[in-house]
Amino acid sequence: MAIVVKRKPLNLLEKLYIPEIARGLAVTFRRMLFGETVTLEYPEQRPPIPAGYRGVPTLVRDPEGREKCVSCQLCEFVCPPKAIRITPGEIPEDSEYAHVEKGPKEFDIDMLRCIYCGMCQEVCPEEAIWLQNQYSMSGYSRAEMVNDKTKLYELGGTLPDEHFKWNKKKEAAEHGGGHH
Amino acid sequence: MELSDIAIKSIYAVIVVSVLMGFCSYAVLAERKISSWIQGRVGPNRTSLPFISSIPYIGRFLTRLGVFQPIADGAKFLFKEDITPAHVNKLYFTLAPILSLIPALTTVVVVPFGYYENAAGEVVTLVLTDLNVAILFLFAVSSLGVYGIVLAGWSSNSKYPFLGGIRASAQMISYELAMGISVLPVFMWLNAPGTAGTLSLVDVVNSQGGALWYAMWMPGSFLIFVVCIFAETNRLPFDMAESETELVSGFHTEYSSFKFGLFFVGEYAHMLVGSAIVAILFLGGWHPLPFMTWADFGVHGLLAGVLSVGTLIGKLCGFMFFFMWIRWTLPRFRYDQVMKLGWQMLLPASIANLVLYTFIIYFLERP
Repeated sequence: MAIVVKRKPLNLLEKLYIPEIARGLAVTFRRMLFGETVTLEYPEQRPPIPAGYRGVPTLVRDPEGREKCVSCQLCEFVCPPKAIRITPGEIPEDSEYAHVEKGPKEFDIDMLRCIYCGMCQEVCPEEAIWLQNQYSMSGYSRAEMVNDKTKLYELGGTLPDEHFKWNKKKEAAEHGGGHH
Repeated sequence: MELSDIAIKSIYAVIVVSVLMGFCSYAVLAERKISSWIQGRVGPNRTSLPFISSIPYIGRFLTRLGVFQPIADGAKFLFKEDITPAHVNKLYFTLAPILSLIPALTTVVVVPFGYYENAAGEVVTLVLTDLNVAILFLFAVSSLGVYGIVLAGWSSNSKYPFLGGIRASAQMISYELAMGISVLPVFMWLNAPGTAGTLSLVDVVNSQGGALWYAMWMPGSFLIFVVCIFAETNRLPFDMAESETELVSGFHTEYSSFKFGLFFVGEYAHMLVGSAIVAILFLGGWHPLPFMTWADFGVHGLLAGVLSVGTLIGKLCGFMFFFMWIRWTLPRFRYDQVMKLGWQMLLPASIANLVLYTFIIYFLERP
């Protein structure tokens, strides 16, 4: 049903226009002197990023500093624009966690292709790839826009982990038990 | 006139025009800053110069205030690519911005901006030419500015600029009338029977020294004149020629870089001269207070020159601020409202005002 807005007839002062203009001027003048400035001066001031924001995909380490990625390549296969390229590799022999899992030798995400869909994060069985709060990517060349492994870990940092899967796996491997 | 006189006048003219241009560029900055303050933004605050900006506190303050922005703006207008669309009439397309700037700069010739007392104690008015038909000259030349706009609209050979040009011409015709009639009471009072007739702006200012300013006892004239000045300078709420929400950007849609810059400077020069005229005709010119002149304050000699010019510039800046303040307060009129206001309200009002003041002046000056 249509709502009819009642317009009350203007009185003489309002019809004269001038007092109403003066009132408007007072409003803008107050706004100018006492109004709050809402501008966010961008590069220096950053907006708060809400939790769960899907920004640039990053790789994370677990709280004990290990790379979580086991280079299963699921993200590479699921990635709709084929932005992810993984070269699987072994964890070096001298590492404490050698033979426990595999690790990526190279891990590149081409940010010119990435569409921020978050499917890599969804598909990752190790919770190793996360779309975090990073939202601005810029570079002067195409090569600069490809995030390599170092860059990805630098962006990702460490996220809290509840499972500590690697410890369990290592234990299991050392005691000859089956899969945990 | 001797050759040296001509040389001195030329130097004065160059100084006045360059000061006017300087004011124009800072008027643009003021416009940007004031609009941002009214809208709760920050405005231009990044442009900085080497050395000056690195002075602690002051440099940063000036940068935040955007003081160096006009330099960047000007350089941008100079060096941007100048695009002349293929479908325009090249000659008139180039002519239009020049035609809109030149009248605006020419009007400043008759604008007096102060006085000083020379060694002999004579009062010398600072004005390029004290024409005895200054106000007629001013109205005639300043309304030529619309030819630039109409020509730009027509020669651009595309629809939006064309509509902008048509609107500008119609608006100019409608408001010129009311504007001319609204200042008549001032000159009627000035040309009392028995005195030598004058239309000079210097005499207008002198007649307000030690007396009431015209805005105070002729508020009707003042109001109508101010509204018409807004219409004449194509400022909001009367910027029919530009009206960017309907006509993209009106008459200068097809213009870029330097030619657009000329339009821009022309508009602001027009505003500055308009503000100066309002100050001179109605707000007492270089007199500091109603019923008071600088001489009453005991200021004489060259100091009087500095103070009188300062007073006029102060009033001018105040009125420029009013221009910008109105811009962010009133929305643009619809085109038919502009016409209605011009023909059905301002014109009858100005005629009624004229008749009223004819009687008032008659009774005041009745022999």
